[in-house]
Amino acid sequence: MNEETKGLQPRLELRGITKIYPTVVANEDVNLKVYPGEIHAVLGENGAGKSTLMKIIYGVIKPDRGQVLWEGREVQVTRPAEARRLGVGMVFQHFSLFETLTVAQNIALGVDEPFDLDRLSKRIGEVSRRYGLPLDPQRLVHSLSVGERQRVEIVRCLLQEPRLLIMDEPTSVLTPQAVKKLFETLRRLAEEGCSILYISHKLEEIRELCHNATVMRGGRVTADADPRQETASSLARMMIGRELPVCEHSVSTAAGPVRLLISGLNRKSDDPFGTDLKDIHLEVRGGEIVGIAGISGNGQQELLVALSGEKPLDKRDSAAIKIDGVEAGHLNAAARRDLGLTFVPEERLGRGAVPPMSLSENTLLTGHRGGMVRFGLIKERKVRDFAEQCLRDFDVRCGGVQAAAKSLSGGNLQKFIVGREILQKPKVLIAAQPTWGVDVGAAAAIRQELIELRNSGLAVLVVSEELEELFEICDRIVVIAGGRLSPVTAAADTNMEEIGLWMSGLFPGDGERERSDAVADASSR
Amino acid sequence: MIRIEPRPQPSRLMSYLSPLIAVALTLVTGIIFSGLVGMNPLDAFHAFFIAPIDDLYGLGELGVKAAPLMLIAVGLAIGFRSNVWNIGAEGQLTAGAIVGGGLALLFYQVDGVWVLPLMVLGGAVGGMAWASIPALLKTRFNTNEILVSLMLNYVAIFLLSYLVHDPWRDPDGFNFPESRLFSDAAMLPVVLEDTRLHLGSVFALIAVVLGWVFVRKSFVGFQMQVAGLADSAALYAGFRRRRMVWIGLLVGGAMAGIAGLCEVAGPIGQLLPSVSPGYGYAAIIVAFVGRLHPVGILLASLLMSLLYLGGESAQMELGLPSAITGVFQGVLLFYLLAADMFINFRLHVVTPTVGAASGKAAS
Repeated sequence: MNEETKGLQPRLELRGITKIYPTVVANEDVNLKVYPGEIHAVLGENGAGKSTLMKIIYGVIKPDRGQVLWEGREVQVTRPAEARRLGVGMVFQHFSLFETLTVAQNIALGVDEPFDLDRLSKRIGEVSRRYGLPLDPQRLVHSLSVGERQRVEIVRCLLQEPRLLIMDEPTSVLTPQAVKKLFETLRRLAEEGCSILYISHKLEEIRELCHNATVMRGGRVTADADPRQETASSLARMMIGRELPVCEHSVSTAAGPVRLLISGLNRKSDDPFGTDLKDIHLEVRGGEIVGIAGISGNGQQELLVALSGEKPLDKRDSAAIKIDGVEAGHLNAAARRDLGLTFVPEERLGRGAVPPMSLSENTLLTGHRGGMVRFGLIKERKVRDFAEQCLRDFDVRCGGVQAAAKSLSGGNLQKFIVGREILQKPKVLIAAQPTWGVDVGAAAAIRQELIELRNSGLAVLVVSEELEELFEICDRIVVIAGGRLSPVTAAADTNMEEIGLWMSGLFPGDGERERSDAVADASSR
Repeated sequence: MIRIEPRPQPSRLMSYLSPLIAVALTLVTGIIFSGLVGMNPLDAFHAFFIAPIDDLYGLGELGVKAAPLMLIAVGLAIGFRSNVWNIGAEGQLTAGAIVGGGLALLFYQVDGVWVLPLMVLGGAVGGMAWASIPALLKTRFNTNEILVSLMLNYVAIFLLSYLVHDPWRDPDGFNFPESRLFSDAAMLPVVLEDTRLHLGSVFALIAVVLGWVFVRKSFVGFQMQVAGLADSAALYAGFRRRRMVWIGLLVGGAMAGIAGLCEVAGPIGQLLPSVSPGYGYAAIIVAFVGRLHPVGILLASLLMSLLYLGGESAQMELGLPSAITGVFQGVLLFYLLAADMFINFRLHVVTPTVGAASGKAAS
């Protein structure tokens, strides 16, 4: 234990927590102690059991075995309302806010006791000022950026004056600058005696912020460590059991022909809370990886469905998108695939794969061009061969090609989809969040594969919210903010700070434009 | 308090067993009912399920009634699998009977081997034409195909009624609302001596085989299934939704149209104001009892046919009202839907105290 916590009574203690699901052991004999004023990291890959553990603390899930002790007293937390009464607050990775309501109204919905909206608004103002979380209680949520929405969730918790705050992967939606501000807030809370459980798989953040770390792997605690004394690679070893793999990335050789050309793409979003695309210009050449950075909700979804053909453009705007020199804006997804485009979407189940269908059948979904269909009939042998190759080459761990897509873990399904799209030998590959939710080892393999593809002359476009990832694999980087693209820059000529600033909507050549509301949060205040 | 909650892992075995469970429960209900109204349950059971098929003629009748149900249900299932809800098979059947039967009346003095094939084609075209109305309205204006196809049933039935009351009425028919009797060349040949089992039953078996190939082996069938299971995935792969709406409705319409033609050119032999005892609706039940699978539909249509025969037999032997057939169909569908619900959901008794709330997974 640390110096500063020795001798104190833990605020929260878990003893031998075990939770078994029909197919997987989510937590096995987990012990954890969190002291007052401590920022305690729970570190682990996706599927290591972090989220299950947090849900047990918050009363969402009931453990099969084990004890939960709150300030030395055993408690049975069966509902989140009980957890809140004890003084536990939780900020979820995915927010639950109503876009058409104001900040104050949203917060009021989560308050368990009777309240007065005006007085509540005043308290929101006070709390948000006190912790450096500026927030206007009267603003409508749909006009807030993701960072500001997170603030609403945090303030909602702080109003209950929590003595333990659980933060689930809070930085995945923030710019580097916004992460700094969040850390200031969390440190301040800790100084006031609030305990913080900080869930993450980002090693650098944990080293910077946390006093203590519990490392989990496969549902078990593998180590307790002081992250300030550890290096990123020693933490990685605890987390995945081996060294953190690194990609080999050489500088791109001579750029090939333009494979994907976007010129003057404008489009109003169908969704009233969506982002309009404004005057998008971008070219992706064979033999390079271009990365699009940005905070989610800044037009990535709209751009991707326009590029993939899931929402084709009007016929008269067809020239705005060219694939391999052919006007493709009005074509649907199948016709664009005929031109040599493949696409890895962000949602795997239900979009990239049909959940109840087997992997074999899911191969057919987009892979049918490779001679799998003759005279309108499916050649099952070919389908199976392709699926088997995909499982082999991309190390997809599952019960074979007959396994249903929904039975795979997120990471393995992602490997399957990436593999399926790569094995079709496209000319252009677009990948959205290619390693989202994938464990570190598999993520490195996918990144390496994208680099290999580039080396073989393919044009690759990656849309990602993880800046580290983009800097690791991209030759050129561009930022999307408020539906506009920043200037394109060589990855070697820029850095995280600059891109982070651009992500907030401040980029060169954009001086006279108004800063979009949607990205207003990340700038320094 | 009892709560309904989704099962973590729906059982595959039960999804095949649920039609059988539904049939068993329907039988039990029938026996209890007949007991309640003072009949001997065994007599009722015999009258309903044994008497109709205890001779060759009865078995032939089983096929006569199963054939249209099979044809229609195979066609409907193809649409249902891709979430195209064609409830208008009764109208498409009637439209097929009008076009195919109209051809028979047009050529009633002609004796050619081509008359019958032309009529079958006409039946298919008639059914497809009727089904193309909801398809067009759905793909152009995004109307709801359930409502449009359902309401068109009444239009088709009134159209047929008008035709046999006036323009196509038999001139020598003493003003009865009936058409001429079809000529021999326009009648489907009987395939089993001493029964009424006609060529339509062969069509139905062919439809089952073709339906199976379409569902299991064809790429279009695969695309339609994807669209039914995950719309976004179909969009992602670039499968054209409109095409599937068209295929789903046209295949269903064609099959129903052929079924209608087979009725008028088979057991009926002329056009009447009503040419179907609700086959178009019963086939919806058949499709679901058969799990939207052609082989399942084969079995389910035989069962449904037996319910029709049993209903008739119960009227004659036990003096029950004709509504008995509809009652049994309804009870069967009710039990099937109930059994299906318990495949995906389970009841969960919730007590306010801590601890009792952890149901063990069924597996």
